[in-house]
Amino acid sequence: MRFLPLTTEDRRDMLARIGVAGIDDLFADVPKGKLLAEPPNLPKAKGELEVERELGRLAARNTPAGSVPFFVGAGAYRHHVPASVDHLIQRSEFLTSYTPYQPEITQGTLQYLFEFQTQVALLTGMDVANASMYDGSTATAEAVLMAHRLTRRKKAVLSGGLHPQYRAVVDTLSSYSGANVDALDADPKGIEDIVARIDSETSCVVVQYPSVYGSIRDLQPIADAAHAKGALLIAVVTEVVSLGLIKSPGEMGADIVTAEGQSIGNGLIFGGPYVGLFATRDKFVRQMPGRLAGETVDAEGRRGFVLTLSTREQHIRREKATSNICTNSGLCALAFTIHMTLLGDKGLTRLARINHANAVALAEKLDAVDGAEVVTPAFFNEFTLRVRGDAAKVIDKLADKGVLGGVPVSRLVPGKAQLSDLIIVASTEINTDEDRAKYAQALKEVL
Amino acid sequence: MAMNTQGRPPGPGASGKSATDTFTGNSGLDHEQPLLFEVGGTAKTGVDMPEPKAGKARLGGLERKASVGLPGLTEPEALRHYVRLSQRNYAIDAGVYPLGSCTMKHNARLNEKMARLPGFGDIHPLQPQKTVQGAIALMEVLSGYLLELTGMKALTLSPKAGAHGELAGMLCIKAAHEAKGSKRNIVLVPDSAHGTNPATAAFMGYTVRSIPARADGTVAAEAVQAALGPDVAAIMLTNPNTCGLFEPEVAEIARVVHEAGAYFYCDGANFNAIVGKVRPGDLGIDAMHINLHKTFSTPHGGGGPGSGPVVLSDALAPFAPLPYSIREGDKFRLVETEGEVTKGHTPFGRLTAFHGQMGMFVRALTYMLSHGSDGMRQASEDAVLNANYIRAGLRDLMTQPFGDKPCMHEVLFDDAWLKDTGVTTLDFSKAMIDEGFHPMTMYFPLVVHGAMLIEPTESESKQSLDQFIGALRFLAKEAKQGNDKSRFKEAPRLAPRRRLDETKAAREPRLRWRPAVSKEAAE
Repeated sequence: MRFLPLTTEDRRDMLARIGVAGIDDLFADVPKGKLLAEPPNLPKAKGELEVERELGRLAARNTPAGSVPFFVGAGAYRHHVPASVDHLIQRSEFLTSYTPYQPEITQGTLQYLFEFQTQVALLTGMDVANASMYDGSTATAEAVLMAHRLTRRKKAVLSGGLHPQYRAVVDTLSSYSGANVDALDADPKGIEDIVARIDSETSCVVVQYPSVYGSIRDLQPIADAAHAKGALLIAVVTEVVSLGLIKSPGEMGADIVTAEGQSIGNGLIFGGPYVGLFATRDKFVRQMPGRLAGETVDAEGRRGFVLTLSTREQHIRREKATSNICTNSGLCALAFTIHMTLLGDKGLTRLARINHANAVALAEKLDAVDGAEVVTPAFFNEFTLRVRGDAAKVIDKLADKGVLGGVPVSRLVPGKAQLSDLIIVASTEINTDEDRAKYAQALKEVL
Repeated sequence: MAMNTQGRPPGPGASGKSATDTFTGNSGLDHEQPLLFEVGGTAKTGVDMPEPKAGKARLGGLERKASVGLPGLTEPEALRHYVRLSQRNYAIDAGVYPLGSCTMKHNARLNEKMARLPGFGDIHPLQPQKTVQGAIALMEVLSGYLLELTGMKALTLSPKAGAHGELAGMLCIKAAHEAKGSKRNIVLVPDSAHGTNPATAAFMGYTVRSIPARADGTVAAEAVQAALGPDVAAIMLTNPNTCGLFEPEVAEIARVVHEAGAYFYCDGANFNAIVGKVRPGDLGIDAMHINLHKTFSTPHGGGGPGSGPVVLSDALAPFAPLPYSIREGDKFRLVETEGEVTKGHTPFGRLTAFHGQMGMFVRALTYMLSHGSDGMRQASEDAVLNANYIRAGLRDLMTQPFGDKPCMHEVLFDDAWLKDTGVTTLDFSKAMIDEGFHPMTMYFPLVVHGAMLIEPTESESKQSLDQFIGALRFLAKEAKQGNDKSRFKEAPRLAPRRRLDETKAAREPRLRWRPAVSKEAAE
């Protein structure tokens, strides 16, 4: 067994040194009859080659995004990740290190987390960010709970442009903690009147920007209305590349920004692991969930970094903690921070402009197809397309023609006739003119 | 598992003589590396891209006016920056990482290679299900392995980490009680539990009732029975427990818990001790999370990502959250929304967008296929053997809070043996750093004074354990003789940093880089 260094002789010597006759003497506390006499009923050990063959067979039954014209988004995006990102995150010292509880020998992790926090704060236009959450959806649910703590109110107003699966996560955590949710109807065009729903019991308003349907709108009036009623604005960003081109939520008065950071540095991986971003104002930091790296000095006065403000966290505060989160998304945060460092302002702006231009080009091309109409007036790299007929069937037929054309809204919100003809379509820098032409042609054929 | 600050001085401690007096502050292979914001510039980039297509913007007037202010680095600069940072990290690949409760075992590189196959790494969670049949099949295969190893009846793969898994399991329990119309509001948690247990229970609005451990470090069924009542929804118990012991009365505890109409949640953080040896399902457990990033060797990556599938008993199976996968003939389907829920399922809701940590599923399954049933069982036996070998090697010098008796895959010492030496658990741990080891988990579990929890895992060879034991014996003797206190008080002396001032970090929080403000400007 290539992973187990002990030899049979080692085991015998070690048992003798311990002073027991056999290994099962060390399992003496297991209740009678509960110790298995034989290994479980599963296949025996395999070599690398055999394992590669077996998993390769399963992998071959999937259609990788890179093998077809690909336009799927709705919360996860395919971007080009520079080769050096994956090389660096696979360095043993990053990959096989634990949470930096011993700061003297984990300055590498702590410094990159400090850099990550700063990048996230700058990108979202906020004062401070934590060292990552599981993903955008759980970060958003935690933000709602944080707003409840800050306002001592228990009602969240959710925009109809919020990703339906994010909404479901907020719903689940709210229903079991006795909080209320007022969720608006699905809003593909970005025209809902959310301000009218804010009242004196509202703790927070949750608005996705760009929305799950791709639409973007000014958040300032919503922030102003929320603040006037003593409520907070939580802005949710699932495509962080957009912030290279459009105003940050922080500029428009958001109190908490949560985001899915997958777009930068991280692959699609069928939905995880991703990296949740969480940023807020300085004054709210003590109610923030999750780990924080902070700057300090060592015994010789040299700058160094530690995990700090941990009196918010479960390992110190136990049942009084701001969250139960422990393990987060450290390595995905590293991928994010390396990719963002390689981009810098210059690269991020260029990347965002390419994304927008590609989406505009695609929108024009699809809009010209008979039976298809772009319904999103303002967008970044994603928009909603109305098609003649059932959108899920259209996407299915497109897949048969070798085009992954987007997400039918009915997959996220089933059973609503008025949404059944809508497709959420994304276009990033990976799409070529040829991809767009193939999409338009295939759409023409299936409609 | 986390350390806590109980009894632990958070200041930087004694400084002694400076270790480095070079011009650069560098010390041979160890380099001082400024922050990205001090070396990068907004005019630099490490990514070349073509000019965007010309066209009219459709941004609705929301174009950003000011720049973001993110510094960039060219590729060679970025490589140097992050490689230098990496060299300031301890890692399993570099040395013994005996953090109790954390299971820092070897991470096979085949796991990484498999997770990066385009068929797994480059598929979108919302592309048509017929184009990802192999991915859903992999989730089914992994589920089958986990159910066989635990002897449980159902599971959810979606939780993102252990604490998220606890939440999933406890939400199943809450939903099960609600389905019966019962409104129980108390959760029993032993004092020795991980902090995430009471935090999870409180997060859901439960009141936490503590159960004291017995003098031998385990929980008595009698004590549980005494704490049970019509208001108790569940017990959250770690087994093997955080003192490194298998709970001898676990089956009896399950019986009394069920008799009182409550459910048994087991924290599976220590599953690595019993894989292929004991099935939690045979012990009467209703829900248990499995840390794929501990037991099944998906890498810790400096604190994540993790993955925390939860296995469930028959009683809780219907309440497992969305999404779940089902088999229809030779096809697999993910049930993602309330509207599609199939017969026999009443999910409590949804814990996360999409379907869970696919990247971790691939790695964990790679581990399982590689080890096989024989290898997994042997791994657990070796993990337990290694911990006991350390116990045998140190028992004459260091004290064990519950006497010298066999432990599971981690061995727990207290600080009674350091009494009157002036050396604390923290000092001792920091001195280990100078010897080239990562310290053990310190000051946890809370119920043991000055706790030192050592988990070597099965990945250490006998030679490596012998050296580790030798070093700890040397340090223990030094501490007792008291000839050279500075070895402990000033430790670590040979790491990239000496002890850091945690009090200052908390009192004057600096949580991000900000441009330096000149004195005149500030005034």
